Amino acid sequence: MESLFKLTWLIPVFPLLAFGAIVLYVRRWKRVASWLAVAAIAVSFVLSQIVFWVAVGTPHLGEHPFEELVRWLPTGHSAFEMGVMVDPLTAVMLFMVPLLCTLIFIYALGYMEGDPRYARFFAYVSLFATGMLGLVVANNLLMLFIFWEIMGLCSYLLIGFWFEKPSAMRAGLKAFLTTRVGDAFFLLGLLYLYSQTGTLAFREVLSEETLQHLANLSVTLPVFGTVPVATVIALLIFGGTVGKSAQFPLHVWLPDAMEGPTPVSALIHAATMVSAGVYLVVRMFPLFHAVPHGTAPEVVATIGAFTALFACTIAVAQNDIKRVLAYSTISQLGYMIMALGLGAYVAGAFHLITHAFFKALLFLGSGSVIVGAHHEQDMMEMGGLRGRMKITFWTYIAGTLALAGIPPFAGFWSKDEILADAFNHGHYLAWAVGSLAAFLTAFYMGRQIFLVFFGHPRSHHAEHAKESPRTMTYPLLVLAAFAALLGFVGVPEDFPILGHLLGNPFHRFVGHEYAATPVNPLVMGLSILLACAGLGVGYLIYGRKPLEEGQPDPLTRLGVVYVVLKNKYGIDELYQATFVWLTIRLADLFALFDREVIDRIVNAVARGTAIVSDGLFRFVDAPVIDGLVNLVGRAGAWLADLWGRFDLRVVDGIVNGVGAAAQTFGRWFRQVQTGRVQNYILLASVNVVVILAIMYLVL
Amino acid sequence: MIPLTWYLVLSAVLFCIGLYGVLARRNAIAILMGAELMLNSANINLAAFERYLAAGSLAGQVFVIFNVAVAAAEAAVGLALILAIYRSRDTVSVEEVDLLKG
Amino acid sequence: MSLTQAVFILLGAMAVLGALGMVTLRNLFHSALAMILALFSIAGVYVLLEAEFLAVVQVLVCVGAIAMLILFGIMLTRDIVGRATPVRNRQWPLALAVSAGLLAVLAIGLVRAVWTQAAGAAPAGVADLGLALVGPYALPFEVASVLLLVAMVGALIIAREARE
Repeated sequence: MESLFKLTWLIPVFPLLAFGAIVLYVRRWKRVASWLAVAAIAVSFVLSQIVFWVAVGTPHLGEHPFEELVRWLPTGHSAFEMGVMVDPLTAVMLFMVPLLCTLIFIYALGYMEGDPRYARFFAYVSLFATGMLGLVVANNLLMLFIFWEIMGLCSYLLIGFWFEKPSAMRAGLKAFLTTRVGDAFFLLGLLYLYSQTGTLAFREVLSEETLQHLANLSVTLPVFGTVPVATVIALLIFGGTVGKSAQFPLHVWLPDAMEGPTPVSALIHAATMVSAGVYLVVRMFPLFHAVPHGTAPEVVATIGAFTALFACTIAVAQNDIKRVLAYSTISQLGYMIMALGLGAYVAGAFHLITHAFFKALLFLGSGSVIVGAHHEQDMMEMGGLRGRMKITFWTYIAGTLALAGIPPFAGFWSKDEILADAFNHGHYLAWAVGSLAAFLTAFYMGRQIFLVFFGHPRSHHAEHAKESPRTMTYPLLVLAAFAALLGFVGVPEDFPILGHLLGNPFHRFVGHEYAATPVNPLVMGLSILLACAGLGVGYLIYGRKPLEEGQPDPLTRLGVVYVVLKNKYGIDELYQATFVWLTIRLADLFALFDREVIDRIVNAVARGTAIVSDGLFRFVDAPVIDGLVNLVGRAGAWLADLWGRFDLRVVDGIVNGVGAAAQTFGRWFRQVQTGRVQNYILLASVNVVVILAIMYLVL
Repeated sequence: MIPLTWYLVLSAVLFCIGLYGVLARRNAIAILMGAELMLNSANINLAAFERYLAAGSLAGQVFVIFNVAVAAAEAAVGLALILAIYRSRDTVSVEEVDLLKG
Repeated sequence: MSLTQAVFILLGAMAVLGALGMVTLRNLFHSALAMILALFSIAGVYVLLEAEFLAVVQVLVCVGAIAMLILFGIMLTRDIVGRATPVRNRQWPLALAVSAGLLAVLAIGLVRAVWTQAAGAAPAGVADLGLALVGPYALPFEVASVLLLVAMVGALIIAREARE
């Protein structure tokens, strides 16, 4: 049964093959391309399910994960090791990622219909799927980094998919460059880690001895003083997460990334790529907590908590339906990272999984709304879609309840576990921040629901909205079911009745070596209260007296606060004014230098060369050299004449003579060729006799 | 007891007579007969060597049998060729068949 | 001189006589008959060499088949007119010299040679020959049969009457 794990390496391969096939052969036949992509990811999905269920049935998978290695490029004493690893974390990721990919691919079949670059879209998402799947099954940090970068590339290609729109191009570039900053730190972390330990394989890096070694070793840095190496490496690696998972201060790319098609937003910027950053931290969790009371977890938790609250506040003031969800994603990622910083391994991982499902659901739902409302994305122009798009509405409700944290939906269990963990371990500030963010989350989701689905349609588009085709609504239904039910795999064991019945399989599978979070009734009650309160306030402001067409958002009454929030605290502008401006000025400076200094030098050299060559021609080449050449020519002609005469008399004579001789000899010798075999045999016999005579008589 | 050398000398004599037949006769069939005689003289040699130098090994006698088979095949094909030439050129004198001349 | 030696000399003389007759007689038919005499004598020599089977083979195949074949050939290519064609060709002196020379060289070489005679083992019988042919010498046996087949087919094709 465990041998089925050998299928693991195939999981990223099928989408890669689909990518190759589409790019090389099938670009012209859209249907074939899209179905090929769907088929490939479906195969990966089946294989992943097999691996997942086998993993679930394998005891002690955490201590003895399955690994399959390939060594290549043996360079001196260290061979380069690439391989796949299956441990419980990998298994749950494999459960989630291909499932979401398959559903979103199917959704995209309908959503991207009519796009001129339909086939190319599926090629890109297939490559992306390869990247994410490869990252999840990787057994070492280098392989992870490679697939990380592949996803970065695909993200750029997909955000800027509609490259006719300059805003999309800018967004793509912004995403790429911003995550690049994070990746630079990540790479530094990898290099430093490798230099200290000589390996990048998880098995070796996360072993007890290595972690002890790194924790005890210290390095003295200019500003920070003496810091344990483990902390430095962990924080450098965390840099990658800050970029990829859009944490403050590298969060600026994610809202702009909404320029891409909605399936892209759902897949990359909700469910998979951004969770790769969190996955990295989960995977490297022992490294982060290697130093007791270390700085690394503090930094991580702080950034996570801050981001969670920070993004919430911005989300409250956004009008674009997808931007709300984008900031919501940033905020939820902050939750996960905060949890991991606080040491809540299982809670963080659990929220990662549940969030992927309901966030994907929300994005796909928003896509359905956008398509239904004829590509209108401003929520202020929507309204009353409840009656017109029933399936979208109800599934969206499911997603909202999950995100807001209303039991028994999935988000409640995972979010509550994080908050309970924070509270139980005395991190009251984190708990408070998290709770406040939970309230705001419920509020802005409620705002969104009431603005979009309730009331009267506030525009022509909303009035004529209709439900989306089945390829789009079926995935919504599937995801809604998950949003409702997935939470039950993580119900804490001390929860009355339910916990005992279900036994928290998630905890037992993924993190049984970590202590389970006991249920804190106070925290749980408060969570529910805050969630309901948030939804309630949303109802009060937006639901009781639904907005009419042209009416401004009631939040504008907050005045300055509202303006600040709506403009995202001006961070984009800040970056533009500082880093971007600086880079462009520097480039201008270098261009100036190149033009004035270097070009001048080059031109002067050119002119000097021209003068020299002219002088050489006039005074050296014409009189002297030409004279010599002509003299040589005349001498040569005289010699040739002499030689010619010699050739005629002597050489020709010899040649003719040889010819005549050959003729004569030929005439003589031809007489041997009588054509009669008997004569030939006679000659042969003579030879034999002679040879034998020599052999017997002489020797 | 007959010395081995007697057999060998007999074989040599027959061989040379056969060789003379091959070299000096005009008629193609006569040449063929000379060749047959040469093959048979070789057989005598083989049988004699086997009898005197390696009595139990059988190699010589087996070789003789194969040699006879080959001689028979050669005679058959040779005569067929002579017949074919006779039909097309109306001669069996090898002196008149000099197509290889040159 | 023992009996066997006398018999050998007799057989040898017959063989040589037959051979000489073969190469000198003008009438081709007589020449063939002389060859048959020579072949029979050689069969006798085989008997002296205690290779009885070979003697039988010699008579059956060489005389019974090859010599007959040659006789048929002679008959089929006979000149009806009966031109007086010379027996010997133009190079016959040289041929004679070469043959004589070869004989001289061989004879000297053979007489001078010292043969290490092996201890006399039991001479082989027909049964042993048979076993050898299908045992160690099975491959040459098969090849020889293929050779005979090919020769037969080839001879048939070559000697076919031209189709009208």
